[in-house]
Amino acid sequence: MTDEVLFEFLHMEMVSNVYKEQQSNKMQMDNKDRAACVSVLESMGFRVGQGLIERLTRDSPSFKDELDIMKFICKDFWTKVFRRQIDNLRTNHQGTYVLQDNKFTMLTQLSNGKQYLDHAPKHLAFSCGMVRGALSNLGLDSVVTAEVAVMPSCKFQVVIQKL
Amino acid sequence: MAVCIAVIAKENYPLYIRNVPTQNELKFHYTVHTSLDVVEEKISAVGKSLADQRELYLGLLYPTEDYKVYGYVTNSKVKFVIVVDSSNTSLRDNEIRSMFRKLHNSFTDVMCNPFHNPGDQIQSKAFDGIVSGMMMQTG
Repeated sequence: MTDEVLFEFLHMEMVSNVYKEQQSNKMQMDNKDRAACVSVLESMGFRVGQGLIERLTRDSPSFKDELDIMKFICKDFWTKVFRRQIDNLRTNHQGTYVLQDNKFTMLTQLSNGKQYLDHAPKHLAFSCGMVRGALSNLGLDSVVTAEVAVMPSCKFQVVIQKL
Repeated sequence: MAVCIAVIAKENYPLYIRNVPTQNELKFHYTVHTSLDVVEEKISAVGKSLADQRELYLGLLYPTEDYKVYGYVTNSKVKFVIVVDSSNTSLRDNEIRSMFRKLHNSFTDVMCNPFHNPGDQIQSKAFDGIVSGMMMQTG
C-alpha cells in the first residue's frame, strides 16, 4: 500500500519545486511564468511517457490501429500509472479522443470545492506530457489537453495530428 | 552465434550496429540496409491479413548465400536485425527468438535510462555486454 503513494508525493514535490524555482527570480508570477512551469512539467512527463511505454508494451502484441493503441493507454497504461482505468473513452473516429477519469489520482488530494480549481493545471501537466510521450513513441503525434469541471474528475482530450 | 546485430530507429536510421569480423563492416551495413525493405513489407502486411498473429518477431527476412537475416520490430517501431552465418545450421528459431527477446529487454533498459536521449546512438555498457554475449557464442 505504501509504495503506491510514493509517486503521488514525488509528483507533488516536483510540481512545487518547479513553481518555486520559477518564482524565486521574481516577486509575482504572471501567466507567462505559469505557462513556462506547465511546459517544464509537460516535457518531463513526455520523457517519462516515452520510456514507460517502451517497457509496458514489451510483452504485448503489436497494435492493430489507432483505437487499439488508445485502448491500451486507457486500460494498461492508466492502471500501471494511476492504479485505475479510464472511466470513459469517447472518440469521433477522426483522431479526437476524450478520456474521462472520474477520480483522477493527482487531484484526489485537493479539495473538492471550487477553491483550488485554478490550481488544477499544474497537477495535470505532467500527466498530459506522459500521455503525449507514450503516443509519440508509438508513432502518433498528438496534442493532449486536460480539463477539469468538478474537482476529482478530469477529462483529457487527445487530438492525433495527421500528416 | 550472430555475426552482426543492428538496432534501427523508427525513422530508419541506425542506432547501433556491431559485427564480428570487423574488416567487412560495409558489407554488413549493406545487408542490414537491404533488410529494411523486407521489414517494411512485413509490418504493413500485418494489418491487412485477417488471421494476423500480430507478433513482434518477424522471422527470417531473407537468406543470402553466406548469411541469414532475422528481424524483429518493437511496438515503438524500432527494428532489430540479427545476421547469422548460413553455415550455422544448429541455430533454431526458438534461439533466435530468445536472442531478440534479450535484445529487446536490454533496449528497454537503455530507453528508460534518464541520461539517454531517445533517438541518439546507443552508448551503453550493459547493452554492449548483451550484444557481445550473443556474438561470443560463435565458437
